[in-house]
Amino acid sequence: MDDILQTRGLGKTFGGLNAVSDVDLSVATGEIHCLIGPNGAGKSTLFKLVVGTYPPTHGNIVFRGRDVTGQLPFQRVKEGMSIKMQTPSVFRELPVRQNLHVALQHHVARHELDREEQRLLELLELSGDAGKPAGALSHGQQQWLEIGMALALKPALLLLDEPTAGMSPEETFRTGELIKQLNGTGMTVLVVEHDMTFVRQIAQRVTVLHFGKVFARGSIEEILADKRVEEIYLGKPHEH
Amino acid sequence: MLRLVNGPQTVGNGPAFWITFLVVLAGALIYPSFADPYDVGNFAYFLLWVFMALGLCLMWGYCGMLSFGQTFFFGIAGYSYGVLAINFGGGTMTFAALAIAVILAAVAAAILGYFMIWGRVGGVFFGIVTLSATLVLAFFLGQTAGPEWRIGEARLNGFNGMKGMDPLNIPWFDDETLYFEGPSLYYLAIGMIVLVYMGLRMLLNSRFGNVIVAIREDPQRAELLGYDVRKYQLVTFVIGSALAGLSGVLYTSWGQFITPSSIGLPAAAMPIVWVAFSGRGDITATMVGSFLILVAFQTIIVHSQQAALILMGAMLLVTVMVAPQGFVLGIARVAGRLFRRGPREGAEG
Repeated sequence: MDDILQTRGLGKTFGGLNAVSDVDLSVATGEIHCLIGPNGAGKSTLFKLVVGTYPPTHGNIVFRGRDVTGQLPFQRVKEGMSIKMQTPSVFRELPVRQNLHVALQHHVARHELDREEQRLLELLELSGDAGKPAGALSHGQQQWLEIGMALALKPALLLLDEPTAGMSPEETFRTGELIKQLNGTGMTVLVVEHDMTFVRQIAQRVTVLHFGKVFARGSIEEILADKRVEEIYLGKPHEH
Repeated sequence: MLRLVNGPQTVGNGPAFWITFLVVLAGALIYPSFADPYDVGNFAYFLLWVFMALGLCLMWGYCGMLSFGQTFFFGIAGYSYGVLAINFGGGTMTFAALAIAVILAAVAAAILGYFMIWGRVGGVFFGIVTLSATLVLAFFLGQTAGPEWRIGEARLNGFNGMKGMDPLNIPWFDDETLYFEGPSLYYLAIGMIVLVYMGLRMLLNSRFGNVIVAIREDPQRAELLGYDVRKYQLVTFVIGSALAGLSGVLYTSWGQFITPSSIGLPAAAMPIVWVAFSGRGDITATMVGSFLILVAFQTIIVHSQQAALILMGAMLLVTVMVAPQGFVLGIARVAGRLFRRGPREGAEG
């Protein structure tokens, strides 16, 4: 299967700190790929490098066969990425429906906007809250709304940074099912996560980061069977 | 296009609003027929500032950019109109001077805005940079008293200001010339306000308006939806500043003079007070509120300039503490709820 996203020797240095070092990451078209690691492993920094929030210190990023390293986030979105950041980032004073409208109006014909908005509202189970300001939603609902805004772009690659942060176990499970449902339609998904229950629920392939470097990669079964991964999560000493 | 005059970004979208709008407009149109021409001239003076307030409302209330630079562009356009009208020899060329002066203000806004927005100047620093530009222009013009400071026939004249330009005028019947002064300036201002107001409503309820409101709420999220936030901010800044330029031209035409004091710090703070008090979140609230404040301010200033300035400061303080969304907008929303049809719900309907 072709890789939709590749990073080659990607690194980011903050002063004397190597937050991410020489990361080669490959995300295959059509898979759910999870990026995991303990706190401080560099997951979120790598995510921000991929989406363009941070410029890399070295290395490059290839998306759909094109080098996007120098592109700004909005340009990467136009190339087919769609992004949900770690903390809920919605237009708080605007109604839920208008949040989706702003996301959809870019590429959906005017006469189809209402129908698409309604479809997303039903998918997100937010139909009853369509007129509420987004800031009045619960934390979990805001996370869902933001995922909905990301989906509205009909991306080739959906990038989710800790999409279940602050969610209840039920909401987390529902989010996992939604991601699997989207993947079933052919959408590639890259998820940064440290909740291993959630990772087990959705992941097909996993890359493990540790101290800013790729520590292990493989299928979810291989990663779960890897004692070294268990050790870094539990804080036990290891050799590598 | 016309359907865009109603939408989620503007208060007042139902028949009741538009009937009220037409009644007020009709009242404004027949007012000169029974009012003293001196009062009509004063009302024209109040109206010419509304463009500057609407421009600030667009930038600050809708796009989240607090600009202290409205009098900077007011001054550029006002002085440009003076220089051009004097050098063109007045007459019908005054309308060409108007157009060129507003374009010059827009170009200045595009240059200043480009460096600020592409340089990622945001938040409070946006206000600081625009205020600095304003003060620099006011100080510069203040030291142009010498005879060497002239452009063609037009002397800048330092703190005394530039004078001697023709007011806006057009040829009229029987080889007469219609000078836009008093009632004719009043009607010109009313016509321009209606055009600008309707144009802004359409802009704000269009896709462009949806995006700038989103940028106000969360610029990063807007960018992550694929919008080049910088371009939207720049276009908004240019339109808002050009409207300040239009006020500058009309002011210069009205008084046939312009001085650096109309640009400096006290003048630069005024639009902020008008828009904050009125309600920066809506152009109708800004238009109505700014006009009412100007009437009140001018009524008090006749008796005491100090009292009027203190009143402005007190109004800003009370607004920030009691009604941060603005008094006029607050009253409109309460009225909307009383009619069981709040602005937001009305907008969706």
